[in-house]
Amino acid sequence: MHIKSDVAISDSGFVFVPATGESFTVNPIGAAIIHMLKENKSVEEVSKQIFENYKTDMATVEKDMNDFVAMLKQYSLIDTND
Amino acid sequence: MEKQRYERPLIKKLESSMPNKFGTRTEYVPMTHIDDVAVKDLIDKYESPLFVISEKTIRGNIRKARKAFENRYPKVQFAWSYKTNYLDAVCRTFHQEGSWAEVVSGFEFDKALNNKVDGSKIIFNGPDKTEEDIRKAIQHNALIHIDHLDELYSIQELATKAKKKARVAIRVNMDTGIYPMWDRFGFNYENGQAWDALNKIMRSEVMILEGLHTHIGTFMLSPNAYAVAAGKLADLAISIRDKYQHEVKYIDMGGGFASKNNLKGAYMPGADMNPTIDEFAEAITSTLINSNFKPDKLPLLILETGRALIDDAAHLLGTVISNKRLSDGRRTTIIDIGVNILFTSFWYDHKITPAQPFTQYTEDTVVYGPLCMNIDVIRDNVNLPLLNKGDHVVIQSVGAYNMTQWMQFITLRPRIVMIDTERKVHVIREKENLNQLLEFEHIPDHLKDFNL
Amino acid sequence: MTKQILTIAVTGLNAIDSPGPGVPVIRGLKEAKAFNARIIGLSYESLEPGIYMHELVDKTYQIPYPSSGVEVLFERLKYIHNQEKLDVIIPNFDAEMFSFIKLASELKSMGVHTFLPTAEQFEERQKMNLPDFGKKYDITVPASEAVFTAGKLAEVLKEFEFPVVVKGKFYDAKIVYNYEQALSAFNDMAAKWGVPVILQEFVRGTEFDVTGLGDGKGNTVAAVLMRKQYITDKGKAWGGIAITDEKLLKLTKHFIKETKWGGGFELEFMKDKEGEFYLMEINPRIPAWVYLAVGVGQNIPEALTLLALGEKVKPYTSYESGKMFIRYSWDMIVELKEFEMISTTGEL
Repeated sequence: MHIKSDVAISDSGFVFVPATGESFTVNPIGAAIIHMLKENKSVEEVSKQIFENYKTDMATVEKDMNDFVAMLKQYSLIDTND
Repeated sequence: MEKQRYERPLIKKLESSMPNKFGTRTEYVPMTHIDDVAVKDLIDKYESPLFVISEKTIRGNIRKARKAFENRYPKVQFAWSYKTNYLDAVCRTFHQEGSWAEVVSGFEFDKALNNKVDGSKIIFNGPDKTEEDIRKAIQHNALIHIDHLDELYSIQELATKAKKKARVAIRVNMDTGIYPMWDRFGFNYENGQAWDALNKIMRSEVMILEGLHTHIGTFMLSPNAYAVAAGKLADLAISIRDKYQHEVKYIDMGGGFASKNNLKGAYMPGADMNPTIDEFAEAITSTLINSNFKPDKLPLLILETGRALIDDAAHLLGTVISNKRLSDGRRTTIIDIGVNILFTSFWYDHKITPAQPFTQYTEDTVVYGPLCMNIDVIRDNVNLPLLNKGDHVVIQSVGAYNMTQWMQFITLRPRIVMIDTERKVHVIREKENLNQLLEFEHIPDHLKDFNL
Repeated sequence: MTKQILTIAVTGLNAIDSPGPGVPVIRGLKEAKAFNARIIGLSYESLEPGIYMHELVDKTYQIPYPSSGVEVLFERLKYIHNQEKLDVIIPNFDAEMFSFIKLASELKSMGVHTFLPTAEQFEERQKMNLPDFGKKYDITVPASEAVFTAGKLAEVLKEFEFPVVVKGKFYDAKIVYNYEQALSAFNDMAAKWGVPVILQEFVRGTEFDVTGLGDGKGNTVAAVLMRKQYITDKGKAWGGIAITDEKLLKLTKHFIKETKWGGGFELEFMKDKEGEFYLMEINPRIPAWVYLAVGVGQNIPEALTLLALGEKVKPYTSYESGKMFIRYSWDMIVELKEFEMISTTGEL
């Protein structure tokens, strides 16, 4: 699972895809997840990291991660070649 | 390192046609307390969902309404509209503030008597008064507002039998320039029905014409319609005076003032657009004062305002059950408040406010209730902060009609608490339990046993 | 002597094919003789062109949509005022006028001035109230009637001759030529905007527009007459010419005198073949073609600003007729960073 290499994310949570010209905004947790995915961490590793850093439970993280990754796929921000 | 507050990750596509909500970050302020009592404590102690009524707000509302009218007119009387909210604690708060009772059925009449309201201070409205109801009303000297001719003849007959005079008024319907015209209740002004009924009453030996009543509609947004209505009632009263030398004691303008809720489909929020009680008061009182009543013979002005006095005094607390995504990608949140206890979600876009802090990030969300029924939709599209499972929400302005029109359906009805003016919390209606409901039921002998 | 600097917030930065008046208002303010204007843009969406016109707009803040309510708007304006110390706000959208009128006195107590019609003036000029408005102020308006149910449509139509204009409660208008078309238009509008639907007499003729400024006491501070020369498919003027017409000017002054209108406005008139002017619509704000007025010698945005500040303004009494405005579009090159800023922080 990789975020497409040309996807740029700024500190303010602004995501820009040069290939399509589309832009998105993400909240701070969303930005943290995208940063980690760009560092080639697996979804499991990212989930674990989120669970460690935030006041929540693993079931919630897994459910929300699934949904978020599905949105990233829907918006074509994820390389489908893996 | 301390863990940070969790919020679900969110990604939103920026579209040129899409309203950008980042400018609206101040739109939501969490509602953590009601009258200084923490929402979380209320739910911990009394469970979710929970209706919370503010006694302070009720008293503030009725005092403000009285002031609005009394500053403009010498004789004003409010009557609490039982059907809007007939919890005894609510009714008695209004009675303590000087309001009479306005009822529309024998059941409500009994409830008012049970609340120790003197019969002569009960106004009996509505199209369905049984003979038993009428007898009781005559007995208690109540003000009977006649809805149709059949009722008029019944009163004539029953009062004659009882050898007691009935105190009556007629309900008048009329064209006030608004739509829909509520011509199903009472006697029509324009076609002469009302005048005809008044003449019948004036010629009766057993009926005393005490007043004139109208109720032009509900959730009215036009103060001017009330001015038109007050003018027409004043004309009738003056015609009676001129023909029979009989002064009617009161003019009852009914209710129908809009609350601050948002009607579905309205663009601007109700809190900004809907007229204030002062605007209604100005329209009604200036018409009466400028009419042909002699200054020392102005009739008592009765108001049966319900919704505008109670709506914002009640909140409904609930809890997030789950967040889901629909097949078309829309975000949905399921809460434990269903349309069976929040009937008004069919006609209002109720404001839903989180009860705990959140960030400025928001998402367009469909809010569903917990019922396994497709119609159970609380908001079909609302831009909400990101709520987690277990978070609490406050639905505002739910005081009118919900606690009378609610039903036991799929779930049992929850508790209602009232926060008094000293911030003390009282349970004023217990939550329902299975045994209470089973008491209504009977099982035929042959259905008692089965084997599965 | 150096001119004073005023900080003026302006909405309506959507200089698109159906343009908001913000950018032309700002151009007027920039050309003011009495002051130098520092402009704060107030925008609703990230792609309003005015946001990116840095030679006209010094800084832009996003503000909440009118539908979020007066209280939310007030909070945002307080924040902006804290940052920028606003002297004046000039709102330019119909939909936001109500909120600004409601906030006018609260804004004033913070030191932010507006110059707007009263709530009563705003209300009585609404489309639905036009017949009463005409009667009250003795101004000829097309006959119109509100219809609440499809069942009543045929009855009300008897009072009119075809063609008839069917108008929605808030927006939309359609010309119909028979009962069937009227019914279908009625159903359309009722579904979209709710009832009533308004039936209006169709006035055949030439359209004339007036923009002006009333001082709230019945005096005309500015009034410029214009005939549209080129109209886009959205019905907007893409070119127009300043004209003089004594009768129309008199009508405009009559309108200001009788209503004691305070603030900018646009009147839309139709002149029929008998030469009679029918008042079709009253917009309670400055129109997008206001720069023509500035160009012919009546700087309405400047005068409005001065009136807002409570200063005495010498009324404009003449202008150069025969000058035209021709609109054009212009492609700006914008850095993504700027779009990012306004999209994520709501400020640029």
